[in-house]
Amino acid sequence: MKKMLSNKLVIFAFLLPALILFIGILIAPILMSGYYSLHDWDGFTQKTFILFRNYKELFTSNSIGFMKALGNSLLLAAISVAFQLPLALWFALRLGSGIKGERAFLSIYFLPVLISTVVIGQLWLKIYNPDYGLLNQFLRAVGLENWTRIWLGDKKTALLACFIPTVWQYVGYHMLLMYAGVKSVPTELREAAMLDGATTGQVDWHIVIPYIKPVLRVSVIFSVTGSLKSFDLIYVLTNGGPFHSTEVPSTLMISMLFLRNRYGMGSTIAVLLIVLCFAFALLIGLFFKEED
Amino acid sequence: MNELEKRILKDKIKTAFVYVVLIFWAIIDLFPVYWMFTFSLKNNEEIFGSNVIGLPKHWLWENYAQAMKTGNMLVYFKNSVIVAVATILIVLIAALMATYAITRLVWKSRKTMNKFFMLGLTIPIHASIVPIYVTLSRLKMLNSYWALIIPYAAFSLAMGILVCTGFMSEIPRELDESACIDGCGPWGIFFRIIVPLMKPAVSSVGIYTFLQCWNELMFANVFISNSAFKTLPVGIQALSGQYTTNWGPIGAALVLATFPTLIMYIFLSKRIKDSFIAGAVKG
Repeated sequence: MKKMLSNKLVIFAFLLPALILFIGILIAPILMSGYYSLHDWDGFTQKTFILFRNYKELFTSNSIGFMKALGNSLLLAAISVAFQLPLALWFALRLGSGIKGERAFLSIYFLPVLISTVVIGQLWLKIYNPDYGLLNQFLRAVGLENWTRIWLGDKKTALLACFIPTVWQYVGYHMLLMYAGVKSVPTELREAAMLDGATTGQVDWHIVIPYIKPVLRVSVIFSVTGSLKSFDLIYVLTNGGPFHSTEVPSTLMISMLFLRNRYGMGSTIAVLLIVLCFAFALLIGLFFKEED
Repeated sequence: MNELEKRILKDKIKTAFVYVVLIFWAIIDLFPVYWMFTFSLKNNEEIFGSNVIGLPKHWLWENYAQAMKTGNMLVYFKNSVIVAVATILIVLIAALMATYAITRLVWKSRKTMNKFFMLGLTIPIHASIVPIYVTLSRLKMLNSYWALIIPYAAFSLAMGILVCTGFMSEIPRELDESACIDGCGPWGIFFRIIVPLMKPAVSSVGIYTFLQCWNELMFANVFISNSAFKTLPVGIQALSGQYTTNWGPIGAALVLATFPTLIMYIFLSKRIKDSFIAGAVKG
């Protein structure tokens, strides 16, 4: 039987469909992106090799505004880690401790994750609508007329207005991961602490949170890399406007490609995004190791 | 009031506070969905002033007819279904076969191969958008179903293999051996023993892949410009540009795009959550 199962040709045949997809669509294009990023190219005429000049331009040019876009996405990452994750953790701890209605709350909180970001974005467009949107109508109804804003059209509020739905949508995702972690804490550990007279808060802080550290690490990594890659909601809500105030690297990349025909520069942004995502994932991993 | 009573009262207040917060957040999560359903059945007059958050006074089903016909939603819906179904099939075939090679066949670098595939969990789609776009446009394949199906399948593959590995390694090897004694080769074992036992994995991978394709915007937005091939996320964007002042049909379009997901969630809630957890633990 062993001989039959180690036939090289059979092994290759079983791997073939996956390998073709994987190498053709993931691995080769990454290398090609790297190659394009070293060229000045409009996608149609000859490429000119310019080494790292795209990278240099990206970091130094004010007209592209990459640093601003990167700053925006890092701000989103910071907001996510500071507000979204603690909120998710609190929900996970409360639901994981076996509260009544646990399952119902869990299902409701996870719902926004499953709904298409375009649908969520369209709904929030209508919530923010300056004339008929829920937000301004509500403010008028409670007599806060002068608080009403053109939320997505005002440079001062647009960025935050984009971030709120982004952060809101994925609270449920992180809560689910953390909840699975909380549920995996052995009951003996919990009970032993309770017998020693620990309060719920102490159990959470000294037993549960250290125990689910690996999950927390995953959540922090996902939330930071997700922020760096964010695209859908911002594309739907503002597409980087007004006056580039809500630009993030992904929206910049798309406009490089399809508005300005700068394929080399678009690839440069893509490559930097991948590198940044991997770098942040490694850094966060190291940070969590240090903690131990 | 003695110590014990004080403590009980304190606990009660704490629990009450927890519930207030939990219910408040539940309302924040449910309200947009409720609002979407109600305004999809209202006219502008109700949406904009006379009845902002109540149930519709006159149920305006015309909004749905309008979204489907003039808004093209029927076409977009059909396209999304075609792309999702084809992608799921390809992911399942490729993932089941690769997983079989990794968990059942005997060769040296199978662990490395598994790690190689798992890279796919972390690679962002940004990485390949430019080269795929250039290649598709050279092959004159932009504006076709394949332009979405193949990339979607490739990006869901790692998750597919991950889930299949979990289920396949639980199938006892004695089954393979007895099938071998009965004269089955590697293909026979695969098709007659393994695949029929992989039903739970198939549904997990299917659901996960469905959600990925159904909601994906960036590729669809870049690779498809012809309305005949637009999927729901891109279609909705087009429709909302077309109906800026008439919200009812937009609401109807949003509901049409969302209800398949909602129905699936109602019936398969646990399996959906489990597959998201599985994907995160490894990734």
